[in-house]
Amino acid sequence: MSAIARVVNLQKTYQMGSELVHALRGVSIDFEEGDFVALMGPSGSGKSTLLNLLGCLDRPSSGHYYLANQDVSRMDDDQLSDVRSKYLGFIFQAYNLIAQYTVIENIEVPLLYQGKVNAQTRARCVRLAEMVGLGKRLDHRPPQLSGGQQQRVAIARSLINDPHIILADEATGNLDTKTSEEIMTMLLGLNEMGKTIIMVTHENDIAEWARRVIRLRDGHIESDVRNKSIPPRHVKGAVA
Amino acid sequence: MLNDSIDYLISFLLDYWPYLLGVGLFVVPAILALTPIGGPKLRRSFVTAVRNLWLHKLRSFLSVLGIIIGTASVIALMAFGEGSMQDALDDIMRQGATNIIVVSVKPADGATSNRSFVAKYGLTYQDYERFRTTIPNLVSAPLPVRSFDAVVRPVTESKVLRSRVVATTPHYATIYKLGDMIAAGRFIVEADESPVPRNICVLGSEVARTLYPGEDPINKVIRFEGKNPAFTIVGVLKDRSPSTSGPDIEKYDTDIYIPLVSSRALLGDTTFLRSSGQRGAEQVQLSQIIMTVETMEQVRPTAEIAGMQLDLFHDAAKKDWNVKVPLDKLEDAERTRDRYRRQMAMIAGISLLVGGIGIMNIMLATVTERTREIGIRRALGAKRSDVTFQFLVEALVQTTLGGLIGVGFGFLIIWLAPPIGHYFSNHLPTKVHQPSVFMAFFAAVVVGVLFGWYPSRRAARLDPIEALRHE
Repeated sequence: MSAIARVVNLQKTYQMGSELVHALRGVSIDFEEGDFVALMGPSGSGKSTLLNLLGCLDRPSSGHYYLANQDVSRMDDDQLSDVRSKYLGFIFQAYNLIAQYTVIENIEVPLLYQGKVNAQTRARCVRLAEMVGLGKRLDHRPPQLSGGQQQRVAIARSLINDPHIILADEATGNLDTKTSEEIMTMLLGLNEMGKTIIMVTHENDIAEWARRVIRLRDGHIESDVRNKSIPPRHVKGAVA
Repeated sequence: MLNDSIDYLISFLLDYWPYLLGVGLFVVPAILALTPIGGPKLRRSFVTAVRNLWLHKLRSFLSVLGIIIGTASVIALMAFGEGSMQDALDDIMRQGATNIIVVSVKPADGATSNRSFVAKYGLTYQDYERFRTTIPNLVSAPLPVRSFDAVVRPVTESKVLRSRVVATTPHYATIYKLGDMIAAGRFIVEADESPVPRNICVLGSEVARTLYPGEDPINKVIRFEGKNPAFTIVGVLKDRSPSTSGPDIEKYDTDIYIPLVSSRALLGDTTFLRSSGQRGAEQVQLSQIIMTVETMEQVRPTAEIAGMQLDLFHDAAKKDWNVKVPLDKLEDAERTRDRYRRQMAMIAGISLLVGGIGIMNIMLATVTERTREIGIRRALGAKRSDVTFQFLVEALVQTTLGGLIGVGFGFLIIWLAPPIGHYFSNHLPTKVHQPSVFMAFFAAVVVGVLFGWYPSRRAARLDPIEALRHE
């Protein structure tokens, strides 16, 4: 497996009032293509900062971030927007769908900012909606959907641009155990289809679904382990 | 018919091409933007804008209310101004913009040097002759008019009517454009003047109605009280619209027209005044002389020559004449209109400023409210310019709709005002001032861009991470 993303000696400092906060103090990780990584750590460990940097929502104070062999750490705002819309998929804890848009329009948003929306991409949106089990609710709006359904729309949206990496930030944080399991099954399915997934979580039983668990503490990597146990696959095939 | 419409179209295009160009520049891209040419981004921004407006119907309405009121009031007020201006202009044109009117003026009491029972003043037949022979550039002979009040009595009836007698020449019909204003019979003709002055008269419509209700007045005979000669009616005029410019309204329908030569020969130049208990008499040979010159440029110099002549032959102390130039009134009217327009432009500016502040206020609130949405869009790949663009489109859609509704309201007011004014017995003429319609609309649109700009920039400058965290 080759590295789809590499961070090298990544540092991030914030000015918070008069205080300088060192959120990341030199982190280097290789993320392999097709891997399923969980980032863990207590609050203040720097895991959210790392995810924001990986998601190109922010730039590091120093160090490098190579996404598909392209150094994105020195790009300007517009270039980063471009990278986000083309190469990254996002899944958030609060689903973050646009309330005025229908299911199909929400899935379409990343393409909108690439300026390529047409009948073909529309058909692709419909296929993805069907894949996440919302084929009958294409014209529904987020408030008409349950939390689990909204998160499935978000998953479909994260796939529409065929991204290098899917970044999930506490994707199951707002969901009950049963629904969380459904969502994780879906993510695992995507991973088995070859998608690289990096997720932030603070729940051990969610992290167990990942193949690799990286723990952060105080801006350093505390541990980086491959899960020995094979991820639970009791709902295997649900996504196909 | 076809030629007429083509001519009209061409003149319209020539008059309003800048506005049409402006409309084209705005409307054509707007329409193209909604077709596949405009691209999905613009189309989606537009649809989103409309949806958001619809989602907050009341709020959107209130935020553009300023724009609506501003646009409507500019259009309506301009139409009121234009309407009354048009009234004044029509009136001046009726009086003739190339006319010079010399009138007799009764000198102030005490100014008359002779203390006789008969007050002698005003224009004379000599003045008339001098004008006729010496004033250059006249289209035709000057028109002499002697008018005086008299009590009229039909010979066969006991009714009486106080009316104004206008003694003049056949030329009066030309100057006052009476061509198709004759209801029955004829106007004064040259044969009435020479070789022998005839004692005939032409009645104004009101006089005919009052003295001979339901009868044909032609060939009936009237007398003026205190005078012996009888006048045979040879014609009746139609209703004429009164002249409303200036402080005094001149009504023509109570006039009786007789040949000037007949008046002079049969009635004399002296009028006895019996109003308000006073007894007195005036001797005025002519009350006014109207001269028509060929072009408007000749009006003032000619008026000056006439004034110089009168100065020469009339007693400077009593100044019993005055030269009136309708063209002056035209220019007065135009000056008034220009001043009115400037004031309107100021009011328009202020109301649109207020409207713009309303838009900006709501836009800023909207940006705060939709911070999270902005964060989502940024995370999914929207550039800053995309966010600016989206909010700008929303502001534009608001102000454009507001402008359109305002134009609609403006026309509604223009349409309703005259009948409502009529109901309250006011004259409220309106005339759509087309440039103001376009200008008010475009100003509304421009306000959208100007006042939408800052909130849109502010939305675009939000940090995506902060925005995503926003509750």
